[in-house]
Amino acid sequence: MQVPAPFDYVRATSVADALDLLERHGPESRVVAGGHSLLPMMKLRLARPEWLIDINDVAELDHVTRDGDWLRVGALTRHATLLSSALVGELFPIVHDAERVIADPVVRNRGTIGGSLGQADPAEDLTTVCDVLRARVVVTGRAGERVIGMDEFHRGPYETACEQSELITEVRFPIRPRSGSAYEKVERRVGDWAVAAAGALLVLADDGTVADATIGLTALGLEGCAVDAAAVLLGAHPSEEVFAEAGRLAAAASSPVEDQRGPVDYKRHLADELTRRVLRSAATRAGAGVLTATTGG
Amino acid sequence: MTELAERPANPAATAADRPIGFGRIQRKEDPRFVRGRGRYVDDIVLPGMLHGAILRSPMAHARLVSIDTTEALAHPKVHAVITGRDLEGLNLAWAPTLSADVQAVLATAKVRFQGQEVAFVVADDRYAARDALELIDVEYEELPPVVDVRRALDPGAPVIRDDKEGQTDNHIFDWEAGDRAETDAVFAAAEVVVSEEVVYPRVHPAPMETCGAVADYDPVDGKLTLYETTQAPHAHRTLFAMVAGIPEHKIRVISPDIGGGFGNKVGIYPGYILAVVGSIVTGRPVKWMEDRSENLMSTSFARDYVMRGEVAATRDGKILAVRTQVLADHGAFNATAQPTKYPAGFFSIFTGSYDLQAAHCSVTGVYTNKAPGGVAYACSFRVTEAVYLVERMVDVLAAELEMDPAELRLRNFIRPEQFPYKNKTGWEYDSGDYEPTMQLALRMAGYEELRREQAEKRSRGELMGIGLSFFTETVGAGPRKHMDIVGLGMADGAEVRVHPTGKAVVRLSVQSQGQGHETTFAQILAEELGIPPEDIDVVHGDTDQTPFGLGTYGSRSTPVSGGAVALAARKVKEKARAIAAAMLETRPEDLEWEKGRWYVKGDPGVGKTIAEIALGAHGTVELPEGIDGNLDAEVTYDPPNLTFPFGAYVCVVDVDRGTGKVHVRRFVAVDDCGTRINPMIIEGQVHGGLADGVGMALMEFIGFDEQGNNLGGSFMDYLIPTAMEVPDWETGHTVTPSPHHPIGAKGIGESATVGSPPAVVNAVVDALAPFGVRHMDMPCTPARVWEAMQGRPTPPI
Ligand SMILES: Cc1cc2nc3c(=O)[nH]c(=O)nc-3n(C[C@H](O)[C@H](O)[C@H](O)COP(=O)(O)OP(=O)(O)OC[C@H]3O[C@@H](n4cnc5c(N)ncnc54)[C@H](O)[C@@H]3O)c2cc1C
Repeated sequence: MQVPAPFDYVRATSVADALDLLERHGPESRVVAGGHSLLPMMKLRLARPEWLIDINDVAELDHVTRDGDWLRVGALTRHATLLSSALVGELFPIVHDAERVIADPVVRNRGTIGGSLGQADPAEDLTTVCDVLRARVVVTGRAGERVIGMDEFHRGPYETACEQSELITEVRFPIRPRSGSAYEKVERRVGDWAVAAAGALLVLADDGTVADATIGLTALGLEGCAVDAAAVLLGAHPSEEVFAEAGRLAAAASSPVEDQRGPVDYKRHLADELTRRVLRSAATRAGAGVLTATTGG
Repeated sequence: MTELAERPANPAATAADRPIGFGRIQRKEDPRFVRGRGRYVDDIVLPGMLHGAILRSPMAHARLVSIDTTEALAHPKVHAVITGRDLEGLNLAWAPTLSADVQAVLATAKVRFQGQEVAFVVADDRYAARDALELIDVEYEELPPVVDVRRALDPGAPVIRDDKEGQTDNHIFDWEAGDRAETDAVFAAAEVVVSEEVVYPRVHPAPMETCGAVADYDPVDGKLTLYETTQAPHAHRTLFAMVAGIPEHKIRVISPDIGGGFGNKVGIYPGYILAVVGSIVTGRPVKWMEDRSENLMSTSFARDYVMRGEVAATRDGKILAVRTQVLADHGAFNATAQPTKYPAGFFSIFTGSYDLQAAHCSVTGVYTNKAPGGVAYACSFRVTEAVYLVERMVDVLAAELEMDPAELRLRNFIRPEQFPYKNKTGWEYDSGDYEPTMQLALRMAGYEELRREQAEKRSRGELMGIGLSFFTETVGAGPRKHMDIVGLGMADGAEVRVHPTGKAVVRLSVQSQGQGHETTFAQILAEELGIPPEDIDVVHGDTDQTPFGLGTYGSRSTPVSGGAVALAARKVKEKARAIAAAMLETRPEDLEWEKGRWYVKGDPGVGKTIAEIALGAHGTVELPEGIDGNLDAEVTYDPPNLTFPFGAYVCVVDVDRGTGKVHVRRFVAVDDCGTRINPMIIEGQVHGGLADGVGMALMEFIGFDEQGNNLGGSFMDYLIPTAMEVPDWETGHTVTPSPHHPIGAKGIGESATVGSPPAVVNAVVDALAPFGVRHMDMPCTPARVWEAMQGRPTPPI
């Protein structure tokens, strides 16, 4: 049995209470949500907080609500909740694509969107999804809340704009008509972290050309979106040719590192391959006509 | 709920037609497991028990400069901190391995692999023990490690085992089998020769339960009771007597329920010895239970063979000879478990299922800065490596000859009339009839249709592969005059007692780790004596309660102890005959046996059931000459030969051309393990082994970086397959009994683990044929498959 270093534990009852507790217990206190990232690190003694502030009772953080042109998702919303929400699937199929391949049901039953974004693991899937959907993150401190874009929130591997004394409270997704989104991941085994993954959002104009596009990559050493790759799509009709060009540019924008999951050239190849695949799905979902049917290679 | 009703009735569930003997019955041990009532080592709690934890080396190769334990000892909950130096004082710093080498219990001058045991803390609870590990201050001076097995024998390579008198390099042994000159001559004259480097990478048994022990040394009567996760309690007791100097009659080893072994629990680990030392030092029971990373990083790995395989054949597909040179990575200490005369286990069975003119193999074992072991892991002593090599190479030959791999195999099988068949490396295959087994597998798979589908898919650019393997194992070690482990002959025992009321107990020297012994062995006795299996208690895993024997690994329980049970039952049966004759006032030769009853020849109405006889034997019946009461018997079975189970496997995969991802779509397994005792248990063993094989073929691998850091030290890194990676298994069987085994059974425990990896890899390579791929090494992860498509498959070393 792997056992963590000694720590104390307290349950927060509300956002205000959690913020008080963070303040009271100081810099060595950590929020725990699903615990599926934090606890393994504690067991390996890579993380050794002195206090764990458990936010699982904070019901106000667990919601999925449509609010005009926004979908508001509480930070404590579980992976499983997102996956089973018909509303989420309808508005943002990319979320369901991603959730289906995040870990396994056991982890998904506990793991939360706030914990995922807060952990900011380079192979973590929801950061890419939020990048692609241009989500905004609500960060709450004792002084009040800040609503910030992903580019500001996500600072790099394991680093976010949420200060130690703050809480991530909500993630807000803009709802875009005539849009389609998709996510695809290559993993060595079900439940494994990504070898590589890609996500894309396409918004079509009335004439069927691409009005807006974003492409994101996971575990491929790219922070934020693949801007150049998305740019070639703007104004174009969705087609294999333009997707291939986007794939090429996404691969060029990636800077993967070799590890047990694969060498650099393979991962770069996946950036290209997966970008083309998600663009195809996103286009279909956005209602673009049938594309020239060439399969990958 | 309606769905439940539609499920076919489970034939085993109805008590009425439950077989008294062989047949499909549910496992007797399962109610306790499914209700959480199993009792494993970690469930043992003794009064006053303390907890131990091991400090392990973070480096693969380093000089130990100093160890400071002051702070750890000052921890209020710590009772003892033990280092290598302390053990040196007790002459316990080194322990003999199962392969005539020694292994450090706690490192003294050097550490030789990452994860090696450096110090042992005993504390009030396991949390405090872990906390105290961080208070031990160790200074290391890093040394260059030997990581790549192919560099281990380079002239300038660092010498890992400088503790060994006269050891000036990393060489352990050279071993060969077969006739080199004869083989070379056949190769020189052959029309076709294929050659390939085939790597069986380092993998891990990864049982669900990690290793551990509870040691309870009684300082008053000097008795040691040791609860251990062991597959071989008796062998461990003897070894503990030799190592620790505790007299053997003062040692009781108990192996309670075991959560999987796969060879991982054959050896004696430093942790077991340290628990004993901890108990002696503190005068209290000490529990030591390793965590998952410790299990993966420090206990017996498996495989790690780099093989150059070659096949000589005629143009029209007659295989003439095989030969191979193997470089075997044994890690830092030679601790592999196998019979003494076989340093490469039974690898020389690499001639496979084929009738050959010549064969030769040579194996060189070397030290590297990696964990020691190289034990069974469901490999029947390296049969896994042998079968993988030959079945991979036959496919390489098929590609060279542009011949269908099924056809090539069928053309070269040993023919039924050739059995018992003496192969070119000295094995005598007991029985076999290979073609029907192969044909059944091909038929079940719809082989012709699959090939048609494949051709069609290929024309569209889709990658589909069909892989075959046909394996023959050599298991059930073994005849004691040829086979021993550290001098202990590989016979096994069984003791049968029929109680006065006709219920029975059978005591075994082998120990189950999940194979269903409590059911299988009851069924053997039931078949012989006609006592229902539920009326038979199977006792095992406690040296105070069972006869001596070497334990369970290498698929040997049924071939060896199974034989012992059958023969002991037959002794009981003969004794029962004499007693029945006395009871019926007739002569024994006038009696006839029907299952469970002796009756008078020609007068079937007059007879005595085994229960009646048992009561007579224990009662007041006047017993015949030479019979002194009771209905018991004990047998030690020394098998005359090994057994040779075989099987034909077909695997179908689809490969995603863009990502390299392999999907195992179908798997057909036809096994022949001789007489089938409980088909349901056999199927369970096959299912598990197939999952294991798919895991090894697709994902399992312990890699190391250049510093010798273990890259497979957790289940995030060491991947084992889930239900999502394996298909529905399609199983079938043929029955070719072993002619020399008392009930004709051959053993099934490892067949599927042995036979399935080549089928999966052959399927993947077959799928990649359009890219000109002839071979790729396991594991066939997406990245490695993609690399193979690019024409540069890298070996997993
Ligand atoms: C076996 C396994 C496989 C996995 N595979 C994947 C995968 O394939 N893809 C993937 O994306 N993820 C994967 N995960 C991670 C999983 O999705 C985690 O649940 C997630 O990363 C963290 O969510 P959590 O709620 O468990 O966070 P926790 O572990 O509770 O917390 C993680 C970090 O976030 C902080 N935190 C949590 N909530 C808040 C908050 N509201 N405000 C501020 N900080 C907060 C914590 O303090 C901590 O630092 C896997 C996990 C496991 C165990």
